[in-house]
Amino acid sequence: MRLYAFSVYVFLYTPIAIIALFSFSAGRSASQFEGFSVQWYGRALNNPFVMDALGNSLLVAFISATLASVLGTLAAVGLQGIRGPVRAFFDALIYIAVMIPGIVIGIATLIALVTVFDVVNPWLARMWSNESAPPSLSMGMGSLIAAHTMFTLALVVIIVRARLSSLEGALSEASADLYATPFATFRQITLPLIAPAILAGFLLSFTFSFDDFIIAFFVAGSETTLPIYIFSSIRRGITPEVNAIGTMVMVASLVLLIIAQLILRRGDRPRR
Amino acid sequence: MTQRARNWLLIAPAGAWLLVMLVVPLSVVFVFSFGERAPSGGYVPAFTFEQYANLPARFTAFQNTLILAPLGTLMALLIAYPLAYQLAVRTSDKWKTLLLVLVIVPFWTSILIRSYAWIFILGGRGLPALLETVGIEDVRLIYTPFAVLVGIVYGYLPLMVFPIYVSLERLDKRLLEASADLGAHPVTTFFRVTLPMSISGIATGCMLVFILLMGEFLIPALLGGGKVFFVGNALVDLFLQSRNWAYGSAVAMMLIAIMLVTVTLYMRLISKLNVQRDDAPLM
Repeated sequence: MRLYAFSVYVFLYTPIAIIALFSFSAGRSASQFEGFSVQWYGRALNNPFVMDALGNSLLVAFISATLASVLGTLAAVGLQGIRGPVRAFFDALIYIAVMIPGIVIGIATLIALVTVFDVVNPWLARMWSNESAPPSLSMGMGSLIAAHTMFTLALVVIIVRARLSSLEGALSEASADLYATPFATFRQITLPLIAPAILAGFLLSFTFSFDDFIIAFFVAGSETTLPIYIFSSIRRGITPEVNAIGTMVMVASLVLLIIAQLILRRGDRPRR
Repeated sequence: MTQRARNWLLIAPAGAWLLVMLVVPLSVVFVFSFGERAPSGGYVPAFTFEQYANLPARFTAFQNTLILAPLGTLMALLIAYPLAYQLAVRTSDKWKTLLLVLVIVPFWTSILIRSYAWIFILGGRGLPALLETVGIEDVRLIYTPFAVLVGIVYGYLPLMVFPIYVSLERLDKRLLEASADLGAHPVTTFFRVTLPMSISGIATGCMLVFILLMGEFLIPALLGGGKVFFVGNALVDLFLQSRNWAYGSAVAMMLIAIMLVTVTLYMRLISKLNVQRDDAPLM
């Protein structure tokens, strides 16, 4: 049994180790190790396309995770006091958002937005009387952020709601009995208690958005995110540079994960 | 402001976002699936079932998905269960958390990067070259259904281990001792106690993995090399290459329909299993 568990770990980590190993290869070939070198890291970090894609990915991930955390938390709190058909409808939306494959969300968003833009753009142009070029809507960072926020919002609602339902109502009731306004109760009682869940939701959303390839592939227009850059590089032929980028991304995710764990633990301790 | 109005106000922004970015786009896909392709690509309004009638043209994609997604789920379950069991039941508390985190960490890193690593391993200079040194020649692994199967099992294994681990961890270990004290063979204990008690974890894990596999694009794209493709790959082709939005929408609707039916049937089966367990005499 121990041997079995060990071999599963080997299965899980061999591919990761291979990418990390080949990223240090000195040669041009991505599948043969030709001496140790860190040159590909330097090349990746000096490649303007890589840095541009990285910047886009971080920006999209940060904005959509922030929006999703705020809107998702508000919705989770509001849903607590709502019953009946509205509640059922909202639950159905969350369920659909999570269950529909990312690829379907990608194509649906693409064709819906392109269709809407085709209608709105001539209309915008007519309203624009200045000499300068009229504004026109197109697929890009905005549509990508909107699509990622939609999906991650659903994740935040699920996570925060799980935490809310595990809280006891007694604290909020006590607060209300002591004449705290609902907002004061929320800020001083509920919010600190659900903060770890909100943070977890934020991090999950950030990671999802940062790693997402398929929705971005359809919705990002001419913009490039890091997964899109890596995918198109692989299509052109894998170089040690791609391995170096992959290794850096994995290390960065790992560090983020560890930091998140530390914050979550520290946030949990004094209250238990 | 009444409490009711306040709650409505709180859910309004999220609700509006979901309506605009989820309900509207999905409705567009539904409407477009009855339309026609414009000569230059895109969509022309129409009301025809032609796109649905044409679905058999993409039969291979549906067939591959419907074989490899359940098979991949089953393989992941068979590999994940013993590991989850080992971690939850047989590992000391000191090592438990660390070993579980080690299973989950890969899942937090990009699936794109983890999948393309298999291009090295299964490609000509990887495993086939290794097999050649022991005398097994001309083995082709990359761009085969086997490669895609390895890729999907590898990619989604952590997602299968975690829920099973949670359900086994919750299992009261005294039940296992009681079963042994009453003279049950370890195998009997496993099938009569452990397995039934972890059915909810198995159900959750299988459902998560299956849903994600049905919409998979990346792994077949990287490891199937155009020879082994899923519905997801057909969708990318239809929307980005041939720009046939109407037909692509019909394929997407069909995919959703298949998922809805299988997941519903599956949930019904699971709840039936749970009912049976509750009805059964305790030991």
